[in-house]
Amino acid sequence: MGSHGIKDQVAIVGMGCIPFREHWDKGLDDMLVEAADLTFESAGIEKDDVDAYWFGTSQSAASGLALSIPMGLSGKPVTRVENYCATGSEALRQASYAVASGAYDVAMAIGGEKVKDGGYQGLNAFPIPHDGTKRSLTAAGMYSLILPAYAAKYGVDEDELRMVVAKIAEKNHYNGARNPLAQFRRETSAEQICNMAAVAGKLSVFDCAGVADGAAAAIVVRAEDAHKYCDDPLYIKALAFVSGDGQGVVDPDYDFTSLPECKMAADDAYAQAGITDPRAEIAMAEVHDCFTPTELLLMEDLGFAEPGTAWSEVLNGTFNLDGDLPVNPDGGLKAFGHPVGASGLRMHYELWQQLRGKAEPERQIDLSSRDRKLGLVHNLGGYPGEMVGFVSILGTDTD
Amino acid sequence: MRGILSFGTYLPFRRLDRTEITSTMGSGGGRGTRTVASYDEDTTTMAVEAARTCLAATDVAPASTYFSTVDPAYFDRTNASTIHAALRFDPSVSAVDMNGSQRSAVGALQAALEGSRPTLVVGSDIRIGLPTSADEAAGGDAASALLVGSDDDGPVLAEYLGGAVATGEFVDRWREPGESRSKLWEEKFGEVAYAPLAAQAWAKACEATGIDAAGVTSLIVTGLHARAIKRTAAKFGVDNIVDDLGSSVGNSGAAHPGLLLASVLESASAGDVVGLAVYADGVQVMFFRVTEHVGNFTPARSLATQLANGAPVSYPKFLSWRGTLTVEPPRRPLPDRPSSSAALRNIDWKFGLINPNDDGGTPMANAVGTVTTFTIDKLVYSPSPPVVFGVVDFDNGVRMPVEIADVDAADVAVGDRVEMTFRRLYDGDGIVNYHWKARPVRD
Repeated sequence: MGSHGIKDQVAIVGMGCIPFREHWDKGLDDMLVEAADLTFESAGIEKDDVDAYWFGTSQSAASGLALSIPMGLSGKPVTRVENYCATGSEALRQASYAVASGAYDVAMAIGGEKVKDGGYQGLNAFPIPHDGTKRSLTAAGMYSLILPAYAAKYGVDEDELRMVVAKIAEKNHYNGARNPLAQFRRETSAEQICNMAAVAGKLSVFDCAGVADGAAAAIVVRAEDAHKYCDDPLYIKALAFVSGDGQGVVDPDYDFTSLPECKMAADDAYAQAGITDPRAEIAMAEVHDCFTPTELLLMEDLGFAEPGTAWSEVLNGTFNLDGDLPVNPDGGLKAFGHPVGASGLRMHYELWQQLRGKAEPERQIDLSSRDRKLGLVHNLGGYPGEMVGFVSILGTDTD
Repeated sequence: MRGILSFGTYLPFRRLDRTEITSTMGSGGGRGTRTVASYDEDTTTMAVEAARTCLAATDVAPASTYFSTVDPAYFDRTNASTIHAALRFDPSVSAVDMNGSQRSAVGALQAALEGSRPTLVVGSDIRIGLPTSADEAAGGDAASALLVGSDDDGPVLAEYLGGAVATGEFVDRWREPGESRSKLWEEKFGEVAYAPLAAQAWAKACEATGIDAAGVTSLIVTGLHARAIKRTAAKFGVDNIVDDLGSSVGNSGAAHPGLLLASVLESASAGDVVGLAVYADGVQVMFFRVTEHVGNFTPARSLATQLANGAPVSYPKFLSWRGTLTVEPPRRPLPDRPSSSAALRNIDWKFGLINPNDDGGTPMANAVGTVTTFTIDKLVYSPSPPVVFGVVDFDNGVRMPVEIADVDAADVAVGDRVEMTFRRLYDGDGIVNYHWKARPVRD
């Protein structure tokens, strides 16, 4: 028994991501084909070169047919993947394992979500028959429980903490404003966000992820084949996933100041990658900032800050684009938008751009001046106390 | 000896000041307040609350449950079975509805008193009417529960001495199926129709029991025809006609006979003779003698406490809760109907509130806890947003995330003490989604 990972066995050799928008003029089919074509072009291959597909969507479609039909795939296996908001990352994880196993030479992980055909704002849950006793609270409501809990535990003034998480949104909007693919491209100040009406606890609409349609994809091959496709592949160092036991919501010891599933996934990922000091070894991170308090807790759960200190590191600018450890340089869910099934692959797309020095110059992180070269993706689904957590580590070199 | 073994009452938290009706509409209304069931209550949930209070004060378990209301949550299926499930009764306990009019409620009480097994008699009503109507102002929402049985079952608080009925058939008020409004015939007609029935029932009841007016310590007179009662009850010759709670609760229809009996028994002394006269499609008169056991009985939650603990609801909010004033629904998908098969599998949790998250199956319905953290959710679907949602740590060690009822969002605080209450969360496709919420402890 053991989680051994597939360090340096699989490489990403091509990625594509369409702009995340309210794509009123595009359906899921259109977005998937567009993202796939960008990815084939990136890897220098055609669709028939791909041996197997892993297709993630949370609520927009069902079965592999939703990909094979619009793409005109013939005789190819397509696996539909769903794991809440971590669906896109899960598609990449499964495709990578398939390649590492030797079952296939070339696999595509692709994720997409058509959110804006529902007729309501926000994300809408797929109706599954139930006994009617399920918790009746929005995700915003559940995540809003974090702020008062964190403030009380660490003795931070609640109004100051509210400003701290608004600074997280400000940072992600700053980054998104410089990213042509992001949904929201306008800077927004923390003061503006604090002045907005609260919709859940102290959180305003601008503390929530953008709701967008979108799609993104990756091509993975065995590491030894990577240079057949590109000169600068990204090697997978770790893929970790934890599905929680749901006890947090009923455990009196749970205090809403940590996301244990994410911490466990991070610990597993660091072990797979051989990382002992994440703050000293990770150069950048894409994390699941579904709500601003989520990113605050993640800085501690991922080991980027000591427990109780993330709030001051946020104020110090540690995680800014020009900070010591840039987080969500592409704008994050906050500004890039959150088409559920696509987001995990969008996060990896940002590592694909940044670690290879291919981001737009005005937002390219200066990696040459530091000895850290690894990137981290964190993706989650669910709520505090009841969630799935994903962490991956990628790098441009093999050990 | 047969009679009342225990009693419980339930008044919803909200109160409508009747002058608000007048000031808003220019007519209607009156003086005092009426009780108002919250948007997440119906006659079944209020009945559960009254029955819980009744049964908490006694060790006697009923063998039958009779439920009466004029405003049932369902037709063509039994509502008493929902009460049965929430109270976690054994399947061998029967549960039947006796619905449709205030007469059914007093008839249920008579049937229980004349029966042979311990019987829980629950009356519950939400009294409605069109804006400015007399029914709107005079009505009140409440539930009452009486446990009826013999001294073989347990100590009898009030012995049933007997009574009489005079049934009449005349159309002084009527409601078409599906309508929320009752229509009334000219008021004086009812007075004329009720007068001989009242005289007959009173005389026969006195004859049957050997009680005369001078021997009656206190007389409860209730019915929906206020004028008939006012003009005829004085003729019974009893000095002490008890407060009908019209200025604080309003007339709670099927709940009211039990509510007033409970009100009297809360302060009665051994030896008191209590008369009950109910005007509803005839007149029914009953006499009870209070026993020495009343001195040892403490209501689990007194009517007096509940009367003291209300909070106002505005007239427009009252109208929207009753569906009279249609407000913009939340811009969220309507909730899907709860699955009947899933509900049956999880009946202990959904109705009985047995904690499914521990091996012991801890009963949570009577647990008291403290709000550990909470939030106000303005985005989530609710029939009356916003939703106040708390994480509650109960004194028995269990944590549950629950919605908090009967609070103004601004008044909730970490550390608040809460208890559980049976509510309707929403309905989908006509299926009422019953489950539990927390509410502040207000004793």
